[in-house]
Amino acid sequence: MDILSNLAMGFSIALSPWSLMLAVIGCFIGTIVGALPGLGPANGVALLIPITFSMGLDAMSALVLLTSVYYGAMYGGRISSILLNIPGDEPAMMTTLDGYPMARQGRAGEALVVSGVASFVGAFLATIGLMLLAPVLSRVAYQFGPAEYFALYLLAFCTLGGLGSNNQAKSALAALIGLGIAMIGLDKTTGMPRFTFGELHLMDGIDFLVAIVGLFAVSEVFFFIESHGKNSAIGVVLDKVTIPWKALRHTTGAMLRGTGIGFVAGILPGAGASLGSFLAYVAEKAVAKDKDSFGKGNVRGVAAPEAGNNAAAGGALIPMLTLGVPGSGTTAVLLALLLTLNITPGPLLFTERPEVVWGLIAALLIANIVLLIMNVPMVKIFVKILSVPSHILLPGVTMVAFVGIYSLTGSTFDMQLMVAFGILGYVCRKLDIPTVPIILGILLGNAMEDNLRRAMVLSNGDWTYLFSSSVSTGLWIAAIVGFLAPIFLRRFLKRPEVQPEAIGD
Amino acid sequence: MTRLTLSALSLGALAALAVPAAATECIAPANPGGGWDFTCRQIGRILYEIGEVPAPVVVTNMAGAGGGVAYANVVNERNTDEDLIVAASSATTTRLAQNAFGGATADQVRFVGSIGGDPGVIVVANDSPYQSLNDLVDAVLADPGSVAFAGGSAVGGFDHMKPLQILRAAGLEDIRQVRYIGVDGGADAITQTVGGFTQAMTGDMSEIVGFVRSGEVRVLAVLTEERVPGFEDIPTAREQGYDVVAVNWRGIYVPGGISDDAFHAWADRLTAVANSEQWQEAMVANGLAPFTRVGDEFQTWIDGVIAQTQELSREIGVIQ
Repeated sequence: MDILSNLAMGFSIALSPWSLMLAVIGCFIGTIVGALPGLGPANGVALLIPITFSMGLDAMSALVLLTSVYYGAMYGGRISSILLNIPGDEPAMMTTLDGYPMARQGRAGEALVVSGVASFVGAFLATIGLMLLAPVLSRVAYQFGPAEYFALYLLAFCTLGGLGSNNQAKSALAALIGLGIAMIGLDKTTGMPRFTFGELHLMDGIDFLVAIVGLFAVSEVFFFIESHGKNSAIGVVLDKVTIPWKALRHTTGAMLRGTGIGFVAGILPGAGASLGSFLAYVAEKAVAKDKDSFGKGNVRGVAAPEAGNNAAAGGALIPMLTLGVPGSGTTAVLLALLLTLNITPGPLLFTERPEVVWGLIAALLIANIVLLIMNVPMVKIFVKILSVPSHILLPGVTMVAFVGIYSLTGSTFDMQLMVAFGILGYVCRKLDIPTVPIILGILLGNAMEDNLRRAMVLSNGDWTYLFSSSVSTGLWIAAIVGFLAPIFLRRFLKRPEVQPEAIGD
Repeated sequence: MTRLTLSALSLGALAALAVPAAATECIAPANPGGGWDFTCRQIGRILYEIGEVPAPVVVTNMAGAGGGVAYANVVNERNTDEDLIVAASSATTTRLAQNAFGGATADQVRFVGSIGGDPGVIVVANDSPYQSLNDLVDAVLADPGSVAFAGGSAVGGFDHMKPLQILRAAGLEDIRQVRYIGVDGGADAITQTVGGFTQAMTGDMSEIVGFVRSGEVRVLAVLTEERVPGFEDIPTAREQGYDVVAVNWRGIYVPGGISDDAFHAWADRLTAVANSEQWQEAMVANGLAPFTRVGDEFQTWIDGVIAQTQELSREIGVIQ
């Protein structure tokens, strides 16, 4: 009852015609920002903060606007993943694996609707979870020290094999390239720059967005030029957009599992949405009976990671609000916004400033519903984008990507770096080396190394510290099982039956 | 005729563009939302409100290399720009002391002053056996391995320097024995300390206020000259016998090539901001304590801080 009355209070603050209008504007901007490669939720929110100041918005309106942008961008990231094979932001990367093959088979509309609904399910349930469990779940962060985080990242790397490339060695090679790139920048444990060659721009390391846009979007341009525009991967079959009830029913389980995994990943401040969507995808593939069709346009391979990354975005608000620890780049920007609005997140926020917390929760629920309503009819508009000839579409997307990357730091260095990543992506694709593990290596490698080094400082170099708590031991067992299970399973199921619904490409 | 109007219009547009170009610019060497961004936006707003500058101050965010990109830009390209101020804090001088700005040195710009500061603190979990700073220091002196500190900056950063300065004042010879992990921000450092993974946290007052009031942590010492208003029950390190003052100051620097007159004009304007009602309110709202040092006095203080940071950094091996 308490929760209901609090929620009613939240809605009474957040639900006014003015804030509804801000929510609609925010959701629209967020969706566009998320869909454009190079502009992720973090820069979307960051770019809007000064605008909210100059508009003179009060605290609640600013929160409504920016949370709408935040969730909007999480929804929007999937659009370019599915339609163009270019992830709009890093958590949407997993959606390219099955979303783009679906689009090539003429099921773009189905993929967009299912992923939109999956985003809604993930984000909505995560917001409910935030509402009911935040004070309890904030304690979870206290159970995770360096050793536990290291084991968690190890689990992610051990399940990388489940991503399903034809050649496991090439996946491993790609992950190692990513880990190597992650080494660039200031070493946090000694304060020494590594592989920066005296270049100031490399001190902070390499931004994931630069790598993603380079590997996916710029390399696409090179392929396009090479084939004189005839053999571009962008060229999908259009279909009629109807609501695919059958597919939605078929993926309900995938959405719920993805939500659960993503939510847990979101609660842990060191993990975040990318890990959430990755683990959701791998887990979905592990429980599926038709493993072979993953990566070839399985609709569950779209639903699970989308539910996962949106649930993680909701889950990440828990440590942000209750501890002041941002779980991702975007929550870091939201945290900065709260601080500038003179709201200090921390253990007492729920009791001292209930109007802020419940107003925020109400704003999240409103943003979600607005996004669901907006996204289903908007799918038709987005699918229409594909009827634009690729010799116009592709340069346009590339231009936006350059502008987005330039807006990150305002330096041309990142743009050159992005082109270099484009060349790397071109070479990798020629050699049939998957690019997704490269990004995962960059994303997870830094955090994994930092935590290992911290654990070694805390234990004075004693390796047994890594297994010393029950949480870390559990994660180690899961990692080992995740690594070995596919090897043994393959032996047992040596010749899998030919799947009736598997569609070759 | 039309062409003439058009060119007249474009001339007018050019002239209109030229006016804001002469307006004061404040570079925040980080993305929107952080401490430097706050400094620029607050100082910029107040400068205009109290009539010290004729037009609203334009804030430019120039992130990269922990402020190094902006520093190089100012030194190399805008060395004589008298309408430019840049937000700075302890992180700026720490990195300059450690040569982290690619060979740039602190004498290439002029530090105008500081108008507020976030006091340094040493914090333990509320179930910790250490009741005072002396307990903690004694434990480290007896067995340096028994206490690990967590802080929001990398090794060699400002948060790391705080316990090192205290332990040096307590007579610890080999400060390399002090265990420290740098995590992602002060709140993360608190989480690790409350979770029992580290024994103490080193950070800024603003980072811990919520945890202090919820009773989850105990502040052993605040690193200021006097007790901080509003937190009178927290003892200073100085009272407990360790003469260490570490305040994460908020201030500005200007390009090195500007005239002395221009520099002193900026010092006067900054003093006006520091004394303004608006700034007093902004400080209270953001957990800052008064810490005003302007002009030549500030430069002398900065030089001392840099020298000390260099000495400690050399000992722990961050610089040669």
